[in-house]
Amino acid sequence: MKAVEVENLCRSFGETKALQGLSFSVEEGEIFGLVGPDGSGKTTCIRILCGLLEPTGGKATVLGADVGANPETVKNHVGYMAQPARLYEDLTVKENIEFYADLYEVPKSRYLERMNRLMEFSGLAPFKDRLFRNLSGGMKQKVGLSCTLIHTPRVLFLDEPTNGVDPVSRRDFWKILYELKREMVTIVVASTYLDEADRCHRVAFFDKGRVRKVEQPAELRNLLKDRLFNITAGDRRKTMGMLRSLPEVASHYVFGTGIHLLVRNGAEIHSVEKALASGGITGFSIEPVHPSLEDVYIHILDSNG
Amino acid sequence: MTPAVHLEEVVKQFGDFTAVDHITLDVAQGEIFGFLGPNGAGKSTTIRMLCGLLRPTSGRGFVNGLDMTTQAERIKASLGYMSQRFSLYDDLRVEENMQLFGGIYGLGSVYLRKRIEEILELISLKERRDSITRELPTGLKQRLALGCALLHRPPMVFLDEPTSGVDPATRRAFWDLIYSLADEGVTIFVTTHYMEEAEYCNRIGLIDKGRLIALGSPGELKDKHLSGTVYEVRVSDVLAGVETLKGTKGVLDAAIFGRSLHVRLNKEEAAKQFLEPVFVSAGIEMRELRAVEPTLEDVFVALVGKKHE
Repeated sequence: MKAVEVENLCRSFGETKALQGLSFSVEEGEIFGLVGPDGSGKTTCIRILCGLLEPTGGKATVLGADVGANPETVKNHVGYMAQPARLYEDLTVKENIEFYADLYEVPKSRYLERMNRLMEFSGLAPFKDRLFRNLSGGMKQKVGLSCTLIHTPRVLFLDEPTNGVDPVSRRDFWKILYELKREMVTIVVASTYLDEADRCHRVAFFDKGRVRKVEQPAELRNLLKDRLFNITAGDRRKTMGMLRSLPEVASHYVFGTGIHLLVRNGAEIHSVEKALASGGITGFSIEPVHPSLEDVYIHILDSNG
Repeated sequence: MTPAVHLEEVVKQFGDFTAVDHITLDVAQGEIFGFLGPNGAGKSTTIRMLCGLLRPTSGRGFVNGLDMTTQAERIKASLGYMSQRFSLYDDLRVEENMQLFGGIYGLGSVYLRKRIEEILELISLKERRDSITRELPTGLKQRLALGCALLHRPPMVFLDEPTSGVDPATRRAFWDLIYSLADEGVTIFVTTHYMEEAEYCNRIGLIDKGRLIALGSPGELKDKHLSGTVYEVRVSDVLAGVETLKGTKGVLDAAIFGRSLHVRLNKEEAAKQFLEPVFVSAGIEMRELRAVEPTLEDVFVALVGKKHE
């Protein structure tokens, strides 16, 4: 059984078509990323999958249950963390988690054990009596996650889970997500950031209510056949102007103190060097650099028009 | 040329707590400077001093030649500030937002009318001047917020996570705009938790516990502050893999990235010969190994560490 299966899913809000026929599926135990800009349909998709919003067309199942027909069944099996984690500022960490346990009707005998385990696992134990309001951004996200996990959901939906969290806390947070794999929890993460996508097993690229591509991050890098170089030159503006007219150059953009340029598959960087030199650019240096997922993403969007 | 920012041993204390601890820093005019650090490291306190909203407890600081201690009011009036959290009025039209901000900055109406045209051109929003702000996509709202921050021709603008919530193509287009501003001599001061944004900066300062602990271009930070080499390793079990490596001598850092591990090893270690026996003895199969470019996140994690929570 797939953890999540989405087929031609549509959702409109009045005239606005938020989802225009989405299809993808997520395996059990997988960490699956939904990546795309704000407004591309990620949050709408997650809310439908949690049984909070009805689809206007197509079909979606979570652990085999149809989210349109049986939203209540779905709700019992999923955890949902909205952005940002919405919790009570004037309750302590423990009280917030207890509140969620009550909400999901977790029996007291089970929930104490579960809470202790979550506290230990997220490193929150020393802070359990602290008011939520007095926690750092990273810790708030961990409390949010613990609340979402109190009823032992089998599929977890996280919407922008590490917004506003520094890189160290972000890495800690992801460590917890990876550990959930031991419980065979399936995780669906929505993000606008590709450095989050890089941590997922597979990623679906959202664009205007559609999925453009589903791929493993490592495979995505192979989609880019053009090679990336960095040029440092004294006169950046003039150099940029010349690059614009060279057929070897697929695209170029300013990056830090240099210019990044993608040289078309099959073309030689040497001929770019020659063209720049004969155009009067002096004292420049060119070196190859590894493309980032960002380069790949832009390439995918460009090549799909 | 007067530097845009000149700080000498600046300290800011709140009671017993030292929020900013002897920071010395120069930022040149037209530079794009990224200011990074964990929450509570002293970033906002520093920025509030740079904006003339707080006075340093000791040390000296100048913003475009103006003294932070004695000329705070003039500093305040001379800067632009863009933050997504509180800036635009959602139910006003694009142009109305600009008029409102122009009014706040005290710009004369003749000047403002001309300046609004220039800015609309710069941020490519001419066609959307009558749109209700709420209806703009996030990327265009960001452009508008930047445009409003530029109305009074500030020599320096502060950008707080300027491109959060947009896709990489939109982010890149926004940065093209930033680069063209910098080319005209506007100094850009960026704070962000996202290393993808930080990579675009000319130079980065990393602050932790009130102290400036690293300073340099993204490339320099990776070269100078990150010892060892980063490898991407595919293993049969990433969780067991990362736990095995933690505490293994010679391993500087290990983190899970999807189905792989990112492992930082001392340079002199021959990666394959070093890692394979470690994994084998833990019953883990090592499938693939390659050196990868370190990221700014690797630098951040290495310098700030895992201790602060």
